[in-house]
Amino acid sequence: MSKMFPRLDEVYTGPDENGFFGPYGGRFVPETVMPALLELTAAFEDASDDPSFQEDLSDLWVDYVGRPTPLYQARRLAEAVGLGTVFLKREDLCHTGAHKINNTLGQCLLAKRMGKKRVIAETGAGQHGVATATTAALMGLECAVFMGVEDIRRQSLNVYKMKLLGAQVIPVDEGSGTLADAVTAALRHWVERVEDTFYVLGSAVGPHPYPVMVRDFQSVIGLETIDQLQGRGIEKVDAVVACVGGGSNAIGTFYPFVLAADLFGSPELVGAEAAGKGIDTDQTGASMTLGTPGVMHGFYSYLLQDDAGNPLEAYSISAGLDYPGIGPEHAFLKDEGKVSYEPVTDDEALEAFDLLCRTEGIIPAIESSHALALLPRLAKRLGPDATVVVTLSGRGDKDIDIVREAGLGSE
Amino acid sequence: MSDGLRGAFIHGRPALVAYVMAGYPDRAGSLDALRALVDGGADLIELGVPYADPLADGPVIREAADVARSANPGGFGLAETIDLAAEFLAEMGEGAPPLALMTYLNPLMRMGLPRVAEAIRSAGIGGVIVPDLPPDMAPMWLTVSSGIDTVFLAAPTSTPERLSKVGEMSRGFVYCVSTTGVTGERTELPNELATLVGRVKASTTLPVAVGFGVSTPEQAAIVARSADGVVVGSALVRRQHDAGELRALCRELADAVHGVV
Ligand SMILES: Cc1ncc(COP(=O)(O)O)c(C=O)c1O
Repeated sequence: MSKMFPRLDEVYTGPDENGFFGPYGGRFVPETVMPALLELTAAFEDASDDPSFQEDLSDLWVDYVGRPTPLYQARRLAEAVGLGTVFLKREDLCHTGAHKINNTLGQCLLAKRMGKKRVIAETGAGQHGVATATTAALMGLECAVFMGVEDIRRQSLNVYKMKLLGAQVIPVDEGSGTLADAVTAALRHWVERVEDTFYVLGSAVGPHPYPVMVRDFQSVIGLETIDQLQGRGIEKVDAVVACVGGGSNAIGTFYPFVLAADLFGSPELVGAEAAGKGIDTDQTGASMTLGTPGVMHGFYSYLLQDDAGNPLEAYSISAGLDYPGIGPEHAFLKDEGKVSYEPVTDDEALEAFDLLCRTEGIIPAIESSHALALLPRLAKRLGPDATVVVTLSGRGDKDIDIVREAGLGSE
Repeated sequence: MSDGLRGAFIHGRPALVAYVMAGYPDRAGSLDALRALVDGGADLIELGVPYADPLADGPVIREAADVARSANPGGFGLAETIDLAAEFLAEMGEGAPPLALMTYLNPLMRMGLPRVAEAIRSAGIGGVIVPDLPPDMAPMWLTVSSGIDTVFLAAPTSTPERLSKVGEMSRGFVYCVSTTGVTGERTELPNELATLVGRVKASTTLPVAVGFGVSTPEQAAIVARSADGVVVGSALVRRQHDAGELRALCRELADAVHGVV
């Protein structure tokens, strides 16, 4: 049996009853959905305290997703980047190919518990859309997924998968036609259909309780990792790394390590955010490096915005990371100095993608490649004996067209 | 400093609350639009602040916001909107109807809440409507915004406890959202609207104005039977490029709401 999902808030403060981690978070939404958010908060708290809910979720994680996912020691990769030991937490081996399903199973179970028969979701790379469509098929729920037109273009494989799974894909032709536009469209739709529809949000963003709920459902990643490291007798870990779009695989990885800060000699926790074409260009998604605090999609956090407070369009080669905001708990952890965030460019991510393919025979998601791209930097900083854990959030099948266009694998 | 928004509701008949988008089709055009609303008999003006991610707005207002932001050199945002309102209110003098800004929260946050409150007060703007600031989240704004009427929204989904909270915390009036969903013209009013208005009225001592989806004089007249005010947005914004057309529709709506026809 895998671990029950965690109730660890005795150890860690935040969020408060309005969903604030320090100044970040909250519920900045139209009144129409406030009652639904309050109801959802109560239902989530109730489910969190109900062992039978946790058991149902655990069973699905084990039997349906294939958890626990392996913690794989990548020896050839470690050698290539100049580190002593690299472990990959293989979320790419989850059913549907990414960590997203950890969360969709939790939220859809909750939807059923609340008597909802219809779910909606937003998606960027399409992984959360596929995970939601999959879970909806499994549980007999009606499903509609909002997806930007640009993302529909770059992630056509996932669009087709969602349709096969019986979901309706609703194209969003506003703004840059990417993830942030899909979230806005899904929120607008939810405002209209709030009475019969459950919004399955795919990252650790949005109004309270979503950031906490997504964190708790994704914390299985970090909890398993800690278990697996201990199982191997590992005593020292120098860094734990994950990529950050909205921040769900990262918070799920980091949160248990933040709580257990004294384990493994207190590793550095590092998030890799999308620099796009570079942080000195306007083609970027580096909200931590370049953003300032602001409100978007119902929560207060670091945000790429102009002087008038308009959210900016984010750019990244990765459809899962081109989001102008970041989950509120990450903003809090950054200010507290518990996690640091580093920008990674498209080119660096592509290089890391290539390297993992060739050294380990694993084709990573372009999102996850951003995390891998930190390894050479960490090697410089931490030295050749250091041990680093990387969450490999997803597999790269969906990205084949993108990397082919970028010229990988051509020789 | 203004007298707030209450003045719109003291005429012994329902009030027309008319929405236009600042900076649309351009700055001068929106100034003409404001004048047209006064000529057209609006009792209260709601001036929209162009914003890139208007969560609660339908296509007509979204498009107007996009045009306003791109048509004006250097963009058009909260600062420009306050400046526009100040010019309009100064020009109108005593004859100006109360004016409320309709803005999303982030432009306020970006300018800094105390600073924006000061700018609003000195422009003579009576109040603000912030659709993504529910009462629960409002204390940070309310502590710095004395002298400004902050209008909260009541929704069909609001529970009785939430309606009381909205009713107690609102200033000027309570904005009753007619249906779930975003702003925009709708062919039919929801059946249960009068019941909803009754519930909202019972939760407050303030006037209650109904908005979202009201677009024709006929609909406005029906809403005016149960509400103290009728808000019309998208239908007016759709005519905002032509001050004459805008004035004509505003007049028809005002007559319908005021019970002249
Ligand atoms: C494989 C993969 N990793 C990471 C992400 C980024 O999301 P998050 O930051 O919520 O983990 C996505 C999003 O689509 C994804 O598909």
